[in-house]
Amino acid sequence: MSDWVVEARNLRMSFGSTLAVDGVNLSVGPGQAYGLVGPDGAGKTTTMRLLVGVLRAGSGEVRILGQDLRRAGASALAHVGYLAQRFSLYEELTVQENLDFFGTVRSVRGAEMAARSAELLRFVGLTGFERRLAGQLSGGMKQKLGLACALVHSPRLLLLDEPTTGVDPVTRQDFWQLIIRLLAEGVAVVVSTPYMDEAARCNRLGFMHHGHILMQGSPRELASLLSGRVLMLVAQPKPQAHEVCCADPNIEDVAAFGERLHLRLRAGTPVAGPDNALDRLAAALRAAQVRIDDLRVIPPSLEDVFIALQEGVALAAGTPGLSGNGNHGEASRE
Amino acid sequence: MSELAVRAEHLTKKFGDFTAVNDVSFEVKTGEVVGYLGPNGSGKTTTMRMLLGLLTPTAGSAHVLGYDIHRQAAQIRPLVGYMSQKFALYDELTVFENLDFYAGIYDMPRGRRRVRIDEVLELVGLQEHRRERAEDISTGWRQRLALAIALVHGPRLLFLDEPTSGVDPSARRVFWDLIDRLAAGGTTVFVSTHYMDEAEYCGRLGIMNLGRLLAMDTPQALKRSTLPGPAWDLVLDKLIPALQALEKAPGVTQVGLRGDHLHAITQAGAHDAESLRRALGPLGENALIEEAEPTLEDVFTALTRPAERSDV
Repeated sequence: MSDWVVEARNLRMSFGSTLAVDGVNLSVGPGQAYGLVGPDGAGKTTTMRLLVGVLRAGSGEVRILGQDLRRAGASALAHVGYLAQRFSLYEELTVQENLDFFGTVRSVRGAEMAARSAELLRFVGLTGFERRLAGQLSGGMKQKLGLACALVHSPRLLLLDEPTTGVDPVTRQDFWQLIIRLLAEGVAVVVSTPYMDEAARCNRLGFMHHGHILMQGSPRELASLLSGRVLMLVAQPKPQAHEVCCADPNIEDVAAFGERLHLRLRAGTPVAGPDNALDRLAAALRAAQVRIDDLRVIPPSLEDVFIALQEGVALAAGTPGLSGNGNHGEASRE
Repeated sequence: MSELAVRAEHLTKKFGDFTAVNDVSFEVKTGEVVGYLGPNGSGKTTTMRMLLGLLTPTAGSAHVLGYDIHRQAAQIRPLVGYMSQKFALYDELTVFENLDFYAGIYDMPRGRRRVRIDEVLELVGLQEHRRERAEDISTGWRQRLALAIALVHGPRLLFLDEPTSGVDPSARRVFWDLIDRLAAGGTTVFVSTHYMDEAEYCGRLGIMNLGRLLAMDTPQALKRSTLPGPAWDLVLDKLIPALQALEKAPGVTQVGLRGDHLHAITQAGAHDAESLRRALGPLGENALIEEAEPTLEDVFTALTRPAERSDV
């Protein structure tokens, strides 16, 4: 009856006295990419390991295509592919041997394996490199071989733990093209990442903090949490502009991006109409002999939202589609 | 402040038949934060190593802090700091001992060493952790310790190679706040990076591909000058078929999937929201189509992908 490829309910996991994952709920449907973002130590990797059955949750349940992972075990895991953060290929084996090894582990053999491995090598663009030692591949090619190995048994759920950390931008784009094709085939993908440009590629994001999913929603929904609260300022001299902004009671955060300053306004600050925050800031800047080259409201980025969430800043409530997570959602956050 | 920290003229480096850096010219002013964005093998690290005086250019020349990189490399070394993405910390030494060790390498007199180590610990915000072992502190703090080490001898020019690889956005912002303060104090910073998130923090950004410097300007100016026209966000249900439809649509130069929507670049004047809707056919009926902020990834794709194609 479940339409979800993976469904996690109230997952909890402690290591000693540390509660690494504390009541995580998430569900991902076919063709959807779910991104787990959050600071180091928030519980992203532990959550991934619980979903893939490498770790057993202290409590809660994981369902893969409706099957309880705890009870169904191997038959549920047969649908799951996992690319770990530090994926270790066998560097002294060739590309083909690595694939064959994973095929054996996943019980894909003989003619079926031959056809599957040819298909996968074509898919990731490694046809012709079958005999190359994995240790002699470039970083990007290793990444693609890792993906091919994770896909050897045609999983319906693919888990990627920081898949493109340390990978160059062209390779990352290529890698995501492959992920998009998998999504089009109906594979569900869960990806953890520290990069917001990568997170922006997911359908749905969960922001993790201290073992909870603090907030989840589509990238646009999450970005809209700070709608109308981020200003961009380009002004000279910059140090004086910075000072004026820090002293402005409407502004709660100032970040420098090269020549630009990004300013976060306090919740409820008016940016239009009489006596709005922009006019007041502009007047204060002029009074301090600062020349304004550009000052306007800009669309908030995911990075802005990430930082605000981590700082526990009050965000717009009641955005449709957004949700906190059970007991640890927005309502109880204050 | 208009004094030049780096001036590279027609800098070229060949390794056998391979041209790693091809006729690259640029200038960096004192106190600027300049980034270098490009894929592996695009020539970023080779350029950096030439500027550090570690590699001799095949052709062209460069001056760093007024010294010729070829003939006066020895004068340059003590004036520059370098932080690599794979920075080496001594895990079993404390924060302070790591700094003291590196200060020793730079031959700093003992008295000045203490004062300077206090200064850099204060700057990077690790004063309270000076007695903790490097292996016991978080990734973000390790990154800041590596920065402190690169700064301990008081360099005027700092080279950073992917300094915030793998850290979360908050730690990245704290790190860049530090860089901004250093730059405001007159230190020039040269950053090589793979990440758009990191590149956004640079004052000016150079985009490298296949050994060539394709463009160098502020992120805002690059977004204006390198894209053929406006950026669009298209929010609709059937993303993959819509992606395929737009890839074939005339006047659309780039289109990509962004999770819950499509992001496209069009030729100037070629499209408005309604013509994009028509290009989508029935898929576009309930689509929300609006003009969007271009991203550095758009810029990067526009600059590098055509070069790649003509290269094949």
